[in-house]
Amino acid sequence: MTEQSRLTLSPAPHVRGKTSISRDMYLVVLALLLPAAGAVYFFGLYVLLMLGVGVISCVLTEVAAKALRRKSFHMDGSAVITGLLLVLVLPPRSPLWVVVIGSVFAIGIAKEAFGGLGCNIFNPALAGRAFVSISFAGVLGRWILPTTSWLADAVTSATPLSEGFVTTMTKPELYRALFLGHVGGSAGETSALLILIGGAMLLAFGIIKWHIPVFYIATVFVLSWIMGQDPLFHILAGGLMLGAFFMATDYVTGPLTTRGRILFAVGAGVLVVLIRLIGSMPEGVAYSILVMNAFTPLIDRYTRPRPLGMPRKSARTRAGGE
Amino acid sequence: MKVDLFEVLGIRRAEGVHPPGHKTTSEAMIERAPLPERVVLPMSQHIGAPATPVVAPGDHVVVGQRVAEAVGACSASIHATISGEVKPLTTIVSPTTGTPTGAIVIEGDGEDTWGTFEAADPDSLSSEEILARIADAGIVGLGGAAFPTHVKLNRPPESPAIHTVLVNGAECEPHITSDDRLMREKPDRILAGLRVVMQLLSVHRAYVGIEDNKPRAIEAMRQTIQKADLPGDVSVIALGTKYPMGAEKTMIKAVLGREVPEGGFPTDIGVAVQNVATLAAVADAVLDGRPLVERVVTIAGSVATPRNLISRFGSPASLLIDACGGMSPDANSIVFGGPMMGIAQASADVPLLKSTNCVLIQREVAGIERDCIRCGRCIQRCPMGLMPLMYVSHVKKDMIAELAGYHVLSCVECGACAYDCPASIPIVSYIKLGKAKLRQLGRRTP
Repeated sequence: MTEQSRLTLSPAPHVRGKTSISRDMYLVVLALLLPAAGAVYFFGLYVLLMLGVGVISCVLTEVAAKALRRKSFHMDGSAVITGLLLVLVLPPRSPLWVVVIGSVFAIGIAKEAFGGLGCNIFNPALAGRAFVSISFAGVLGRWILPTTSWLADAVTSATPLSEGFVTTMTKPELYRALFLGHVGGSAGETSALLILIGGAMLLAFGIIKWHIPVFYIATVFVLSWIMGQDPLFHILAGGLMLGAFFMATDYVTGPLTTRGRILFAVGAGVLVVLIRLIGSMPEGVAYSILVMNAFTPLIDRYTRPRPLGMPRKSARTRAGGE
Repeated sequence: MKVDLFEVLGIRRAEGVHPPGHKTTSEAMIERAPLPERVVLPMSQHIGAPATPVVAPGDHVVVGQRVAEAVGACSASIHATISGEVKPLTTIVSPTTGTPTGAIVIEGDGEDTWGTFEAADPDSLSSEEILARIADAGIVGLGGAAFPTHVKLNRPPESPAIHTVLVNGAECEPHITSDDRLMREKPDRILAGLRVVMQLLSVHRAYVGIEDNKPRAIEAMRQTIQKADLPGDVSVIALGTKYPMGAEKTMIKAVLGREVPEGGFPTDIGVAVQNVATLAAVADAVLDGRPLVERVVTIAGSVATPRNLISRFGSPASLLIDACGGMSPDANSIVFGGPMMGIAQASADVPLLKSTNCVLIQREVAGIERDCIRCGRCIQRCPMGLMPLMYVSHVKKDMIAELAGYHVLSCVECGACAYDCPASIPIVSYIKLGKAKLRQLGRRTP
C-alpha cells in the first residue's frame, strides 16, 4: 500500500468544534422533557399518551415525506421536538386524532413541503397548532384544571386568559399558581418554573442566546403595563414562557443576527399584547410567533452585520443580493 | 485565557473561535532537520508571478545560490537549498494552490557547501540597497500568505505614510509553535529585522502582538526589547487567545482599534504588518546577505515525537515526518499549515515551501454535510462581519453575481464559520468556489 492511497484530501478546516444538528436537537429534547413531565404531572397520564402519539406521528410523517421527496431520512431529532411542542401547546384533553392531524400538518405541510429542516418559513409545531385550532375549534375548546389524582376525571374550567375566568385566589396566590402550574391551560404551558429551568438548560448548553426570551417577555411586560394591565399576570399566564424559550428561538424560522432576533422578539411581544387585549382571541403567543416568522426574511434583509472595514452608515443601506 | 464577558453574555459578536490549542511542541527546542538528498523547488511559492529559472540542467549549485529570479513587479527569487546538481526542470502540482507549477530539482552532493555572502551595516545602506538585499534573498511573508516582502516594504513617495509597524507573533492556529520558539530562542534576531524595517519605513512606533497562551514568548520579547537599540517605541501587546487573532485585519483591530477599509490593505491606514519569522529572515538578508533557504517548521500531531525543525525548502514532507518518528498507523492526513487553514496533501513526497510553517499529521474523519439550519453561528463567529451561510446558499444555486453584495471578497477564509457549523458544511470550500466564479464573471463582463 502506498502512502498516497490512504491520505484524505478534505478541505480546511481540518478540525471541527463539538457541534452537530442532532446534538443540538436532542439537547432541546432534553430541556423539553421538564415541561413535558410537568404536563403529565398536572394533567394526568393521558398527556403522556398524547406526547407519545405526537412524537411518533411527527417522525413517521417525516419518514413518509422524505420517501415521497426521494430524500434520505436522517433521525436528527427535529421531528421529536415538533411532536413534543405540538402536544405541549394543545389542550390537555385533545383527542388523539387531533394530535395526529396536527403532526401530519406540522411536518408534512409546514416543514417538508417547504423543503424540510432549514427551509421551512413557519414554526412547524405552531403551524400544526394553528391548523387544528382553526379546523376543530369545538373539540379543542374544552379546558381542564390540573388534576389532583392522575386518573381522576378532569374538571372543566376557563383558562386564566379567557373572558369567563373568575378566581377566588388573591393576587399572590394567583401568581404562585401561575408560576408553579396549578392553573388551566395548554398541556405544557402552565408551569413557568419548569419552562424557566428548561430555558436555563438551553442557555447553558449554548443552544439559544438570551436576547429573544428576554426581549419578548420584557416587551409583553412593559406594554401590558402601559395598557393598564397587570404585567406580572400577563407574562406568567398563557403560552408566553414556552413560546419565548422554545419556539421564538427556533433557528430556522427566526432571524439570523442578534439585532434581527431582538427586533423579532419585540415585534412578537407587541403582537401578543395586542391580540390578548384588542383581538378576538384570549391568547396570542402562537400567532405572534407565526406572524413574525413571516417577517423573518425582511428582518434579515435589514439587519445585516457590518463587514469589518465598512463605514457604519453605508453598510446597511447598500443592498446585497439584489 | 482572557474571557470576554460581553461575548459570553452575547452582547458582542464572538468574532472567532476557540479550537483546542494542542501546542504540544511549545517546549520543543528548535533543532536542525536532516539534510535532504534531493530537493524540489517550485517556481511559485509566493503570491505573484512564478520565478524564472536561471540555472540549466547539469549545473552545479551551492546553498544560497539563486536558481530562479523574480519576474515583474510582484514575485520572489528562489535559491538552492542544498549543494548539488541541477536536474531537468519538472512540473509538479503546487502543494498550496493545487495547480501545476514548474519546479527545479537539485540532486544533493552531500557536501552542503554554502556560497559566500556579503555582510553589511544597515545604517550605511540606502533604502534602495536595503530593499534590494531583501529582494535578493527571496524573502516572502512567512506567516503563511507568502507575499513578497520587498514588494510589501517598497513604499513609493506618493503612497500613504506608514506610522506603525505591527509585528505578528500571534500564532493563533492550533498545534503550530514555530513562531513561539523563534520568539523565545532568537528574539534578538527578530528585533534586528524590526530595526531594519522601522528604519526603512522611517517609523518610530511598533507593536508586537502575541497571544497570551505564549507567556514565555511575551516575556522573552519584552526583555529583549528593553536591551535592544530600536529607533522608537516598541511594546509587546498580550492578545487574547482566539482564532483568527493572527489574521492581519483582525490583529490591527485588536491592537490598534482600527479597521482596514474593505478591499484595502493595512498600509492604507498607515500600518505595516510583518510576521516574526519574516523579520528574522530580513535580519539574515540585510545584515548577513544570507538568502532564505530554510525556516522553522513545526511537525505536530500524530507523530511519535513532535518537533520544531529548521528545514530546507524543497525537502519532502516525509523527511521531516521520519525525523519525528513517523506517522502513527491510524493517521490519514498530512496538512501543510495549521488545522484551521492548512492544506491537505496528496502525498508525503510533496516539497516544503517557504510558507509551510507546520506539517500536521492527523486522523481526520469527514463530517456528513447536512442542510443549513440557519443557526447563525457562522455570522456570530466571522471575524470580518460577513454572512457565510449566504455564500453557501448562493453558490449552491449558482447565483454568483449576488455574492459581491454580501462582500464575499472580504472573506479571509479563516474557517471559523465552518469550525462551528452544526451542519458540517464545508463553508470555506463554497466560498473559494464562489470567489473563483465571481472573478471569472468579472472578467467576462467588463
